[in-house]
Amino acid sequence: MVEAFFIYFALMVVFCSVMVVSRKNPVHSVLWMLVMFFHVAGLYLMLNAEFLAATQIIVYAGAILVLFLFVIMLLNLKEEIATEHSVGGWPGGLALAVSFLLFALLAFTGFTVKASGKWSIQEVSRLTHTKALGKVLYTEYLFPFEVASVILLVAIVGAVVLAKKKLKS
Amino acid sequence: MSILEAIFQPGWVDTALKVGIIVVKILVLIAVVMFHVAYATYFERKVIGRMQVRMGPMEVGPHGLLQPIADMLKLFFKEDIIPEKADKPIFYIAPIISLASAMSALAVIPFYKDFMVANINIGLLFVLAMSSLASYGIVLSGWASNSKYAFLGGLRSSAQVISYEIALGLSLVGVMMMSGSLNLNEIVKAQAAYPTGFYAIPQILGFFVFVVAAIAETNRAPFDLPEAESELVAGYFVEYSGMRFALFYAAEYIGMILMGCIASACYLGGWTVPWYLIKILPFLKYVPGIVWFVGKVYFIVFCYYWIRATLPRYRYDQLMSIGWKLLIPLALLNILITGILKVIF
Amino acid sequence: MVPLNWYMWLGAVVFSVGMFGFLTRRNVIIMFLSIELMLNGVNISLVALSHYMQDLRGQVLTLFIIAVAAAEAAIGLAIVIAMFRNRQTVHVDEIKEMKG
Repeated sequence: MVEAFFIYFALMVVFCSVMVVSRKNPVHSVLWMLVMFFHVAGLYLMLNAEFLAATQIIVYAGAILVLFLFVIMLLNLKEEIATEHSVGGWPGGLALAVSFLLFALLAFTGFTVKASGKWSIQEVSRLTHTKALGKVLYTEYLFPFEVASVILLVAIVGAVVLAKKKLKS
Repeated sequence: MSILEAIFQPGWVDTALKVGIIVVKILVLIAVVMFHVAYATYFERKVIGRMQVRMGPMEVGPHGLLQPIADMLKLFFKEDIIPEKADKPIFYIAPIISLASAMSALAVIPFYKDFMVANINIGLLFVLAMSSLASYGIVLSGWASNSKYAFLGGLRSSAQVISYEIALGLSLVGVMMMSGSLNLNEIVKAQAAYPTGFYAIPQILGFFVFVVAAIAETNRAPFDLPEAESELVAGYFVEYSGMRFALFYAAEYIGMILMGCIASACYLGGWTVPWYLIKILPFLKYVPGIVWFVGKVYFIVFCYYWIRATLPRYRYDQLMSIGWKLLIPLALLNILITGILKVIF
Repeated sequence: MVPLNWYMWLGAVVFSVGMFGFLTRRNVIIMFLSIELMLNGVNISLVALSHYMQDLRGQVLTLFIIAVAAAEAAIGLAIVIAMFRNRQTVHVDEIKEMKG
């Protein structure tokens, strides 16, 4: 039963990601991406990472993807749909991606790990996933967490500076 | 054969029963909410009519009580017009995204003690996730209609909804900190155990930010710029007609009811009554919890209409500066104060 | 129980689809979307590893990746807007002033 769910989610994720890179219309690409994010969130739920599933929807689907949509709508779409959508050297890109894929598929065959950490499923569900993740994030990873907030601040300032129109003095 | 075996595993009766109960719950919820949406429109026209010294709808049925049914029939039988240059698939799914995102958020609302469709640990985050999807319906409908008015409405809305979502989420962080849970059922229980009985008093700053952000999030007056009828005709859904228009309309009202439900569950104590009220008036404990919950929701929805009838629409730059320069700093201040109080006590 | 390497395979497939998109599409916005695809592929593997190793470090990394993806999208799209304002194009092969 669990395998059936996994296969559904995995097939949808792969199908949607192929649609994202193959659509001519960027708005359609973004919508397929939205469907994909939902299925990735479903996979996170299967892996007992409920907080990450919610974050995936709120941050990726609710903020980042809307930003993409917003920018695409500011650009000229009619011209975009009419022109060639891949660069001249696309067979090289395809070859590189396929060879990477074959390499990775072979590398992960029979790959297993030993359950060595202390956060077993029972432990996480006793504490609820949000609390468990928060405990780890705010103790072991406090410094990276602060650095991440600085990165976001830099991104905000940078985006405003880049996208702002030059004022005529 | 293998599918049948998979379904009829030992204990399948149990599983089927569980699924059946959930399906029944969902159907009951949809029926009740749709009824409320229909009568919320009637209620709105009556309230605003009274505030403007008019009668409101009076023609269909006694006191116009059958007006929503007449409206619904009219919308059902209207011609479904699709603009020729529209992006058809997106034009079709945009209202459905709006309605589905508003509806599915209702699944985690505790209407009565332990009565909710899905009792999940990340309930409040789920609500935020779903309300962040509501902007897709609006942006996509504006874009797919291929019309200037609809497009402007869609762009305005996407910026507005994203900005106010931050304030909405940050205002709820105070509640999460006080109750120590994201499960709405647990939040209501934590409020009943709290000295004031509900969080609107200690979280008064957060409650204020939440109410303002909720109005903007649902695109209601005085923040209804995406559909500002005097400048944009009707904004993002100007090209929609008939049933699809009705879906947008329903999504807007479900959004309002949803925000009422969250305000009721997170700030006003949900299905519980403050213990001191029961001490003064002991008979209140015989009133079923659902009455309290629904009463609080009706009060919030009434406030929506009251604000709509009273305040003029904001200009777009004013709307943005309220969101970014007033509400978000206030919400952050609220988090700081809540944190300090939590450390001290 | 789904074996771990199914998740790793899925992550690899999504990553290489994103890689293909990044290397072949002309539109810089689709290239950014492809980067998000690649990051999602990595995230799937990280969360799966974290679940099977019973260790939350992978999930914390995923959170950081999501934060960095948000920063990257904001900066990247701001660059796209600046580029479009100056060159009226979002196609990477038309920006070749620096080419010798």
